[in-house]
Amino acid sequence: MVEKLDQIFVLLQHWLVGYLPAGLQPLGGVVLGVVTIVLLFPALFALTTVFERKGLARIQNRLGPNRVGPFGLLQPIADGIKSLTKEDIVPLSADAAVHFLAPVVLVVTVFMGFAVIPMGRNMVLVDIDAGLLFYFAMGASAELSVFMAGWSSRNKYSLMGAMRAVAQMISYEVVLLLSSVTVVMMTGSLSLTKIIEAQNHYSWGLPHWFIFTPWGLAGFVMYAIAATAETNRSPFDLPEGESELVAGYHTEYSGFKFALFFLGEYLAMFSISGLGTTLFLGGWSAPLASLQWVPSWIWFFSKLMMSIFVFIWMRGTLPRLRQDQLMNFAWKFILPMCMLNLMVAALWHFMGGSWLRWVLCSAILIVAYAGMGFGGLRKKQIGPRRYRYAE
Amino acid sequence: MSIVFYILATLTIAGALAAVLLKNTVHCALALTVAFAGLAMLFLELDAQFAGLAQILVYIGAVAILVVFAILLTKGSETPKDGVFSRTWLAGLAIAAAVFAVLGWAVIQTANLLPNSAPTPTVTVQQIGQALVGRYVLPLEIVAVLLTAAMIGAVIIAMHEKDGAPK
Amino acid sequence: MTPLAGYLLVAALLFSIGLAGALTRRNAILVLIGIELMLNAANLNLIAFWRYGPHPEALTGMMFAIFSIAVAAAEAAVGLGLVIQIHRHAKTTDLDQMNRMKG
Repeated sequence: MVEKLDQIFVLLQHWLVGYLPAGLQPLGGVVLGVVTIVLLFPALFALTTVFERKGLARIQNRLGPNRVGPFGLLQPIADGIKSLTKEDIVPLSADAAVHFLAPVVLVVTVFMGFAVIPMGRNMVLVDIDAGLLFYFAMGASAELSVFMAGWSSRNKYSLMGAMRAVAQMISYEVVLLLSSVTVVMMTGSLSLTKIIEAQNHYSWGLPHWFIFTPWGLAGFVMYAIAATAETNRSPFDLPEGESELVAGYHTEYSGFKFALFFLGEYLAMFSISGLGTTLFLGGWSAPLASLQWVPSWIWFFSKLMMSIFVFIWMRGTLPRLRQDQLMNFAWKFILPMCMLNLMVAALWHFMGGSWLRWVLCSAILIVAYAGMGFGGLRKKQIGPRRYRYAE
Repeated sequence: MSIVFYILATLTIAGALAAVLLKNTVHCALALTVAFAGLAMLFLELDAQFAGLAQILVYIGAVAILVVFAILLTKGSETPKDGVFSRTWLAGLAIAAAVFAVLGWAVIQTANLLPNSAPTPTVTVQQIGQALVGRYVLPLEIVAVLLTAAMIGAVIIAMHEKDGAPK
Repeated sequence: MTPLAGYLLVAALLFSIGLAGALTRRNAILVLIGIELMLNAANLNLIAFWRYGPHPEALTGMMFAIFSIAVAAAEAAVGLGLVIQIHRHAKTTDLDQMNRMKG
């Protein structure tokens, strides 16, 4: 009974696909999975917009939307109708083809990223051998759409926002890749299903998730920082900072195209949180060995929603980072820490299963973090500023 | 010669043609991205999973972005007044056509010697990793040094002068 | 026409299109775009021969293509840095106007 509930979506898919002729069955299975993802995650996005606005509002000591439906829960419907019925304004001097294609490319590449994330036991759309590489390839393609949006609008603010966004995204992409490579190194495989299977063991009731190891915790923190920067969320949202750049690279978009950008950003947040839970938090595995009777997909989605909640919390609490501050942070602080983390993970693996490795690895990471943090602070001179003008 | 191959080949060649023929430089760069994507899909069709995904990650994710940044930093989006093709375009076109003629003739002459089909190779990423640190460790280390040197070199070449006044 | 011949013809066509672009356009960046197309055509050739060759389990073709991708990315970075520096010096990227050795 418990296994049936766990595999209920897989069984449902087999039953529905059984109605098709035998030649079309693989295609039918994949199409069914694609349709489910395309319907489920935008619905989750609609729910998240309400949670975000209510959550931010409560952090800021106000109420948030509460008029449309009980506790404002039907607000996404109002937002959807608004964005669908707004006039679609394209600037006269804008590059029409590129302006139209930018949100399309963004949404397509972000949806493709969902194809390799396992949402439950046996519930991954395609189990590619190089699944993690596929996900990062799709993430890299999304950056080009940001640039296309900013450039095609023929607007200085949009272009500046797009350049800043692309510079930020490529810097933090390196950090994202390096912190994931640590997990790949310890598991020996790029396939996301195998990474979850390596974490699905329990000792004394506690799971072997990678976040419960020193290198895993450091890797997870760095992955989380890089994930907020990749999706242009606060505190890294200078590219779309409302007080500096109007709306950054999506200034000139109105109506449904803006809704597509919004959708793309939130879906990127979902998929990167999904990847983070897969890599560090054990994906669909239960937190305690005694709780394994709960279906695996419930665990995955609860971890996903908890990550989204942490994103919303960070947005409401932390101030925005300036562009040069965040680039310095990426290249001069997080990147060396990532490489040190890689070496600490290798040391962890070769020291066997003793308690000494916990102490040694944690000590190396803490000393490096404190040393770089205080060392970086000491060199900062707060003197008169030197300006370099563009020519 | 499946229909997928024809579609992907058409996409790639169309992207490449657009990349060298269009007037607006940024459009050329975006058409180049389409050509890269078509090539990546051709690699995936050829069962070279790792190479195809690495192509997307490196070329579309890094080289295409580099090209558009360079176009923006050098005001390349303004069309020059003398047209986009140089004065000696006919010679260049003739040379390219001659090269294609030679290569195409070589392929067609030997087309019946080539294997018609081959068993699908099963290549796992683990095998690629083993090969990289086993048989190909020297090229790996040399490429690492090369990439470091290229990064440092590119930064030094494109850096502003120290005293603030460009020569 | 075998599949391998089809891939080789596509690669040859891509190579000549890249060569034509590198030889006929004025803008220095478009020459670099042509060079990238030529490198990609060579990669396609490598992977096609690896797939239909006698020993695909030796991974030689795939390794060659992966290293070629890495080196091409490095070369694009350095080349574009050079183009930016030339633009700063000569205020233009028009290759027809850069026909003197005097700096």
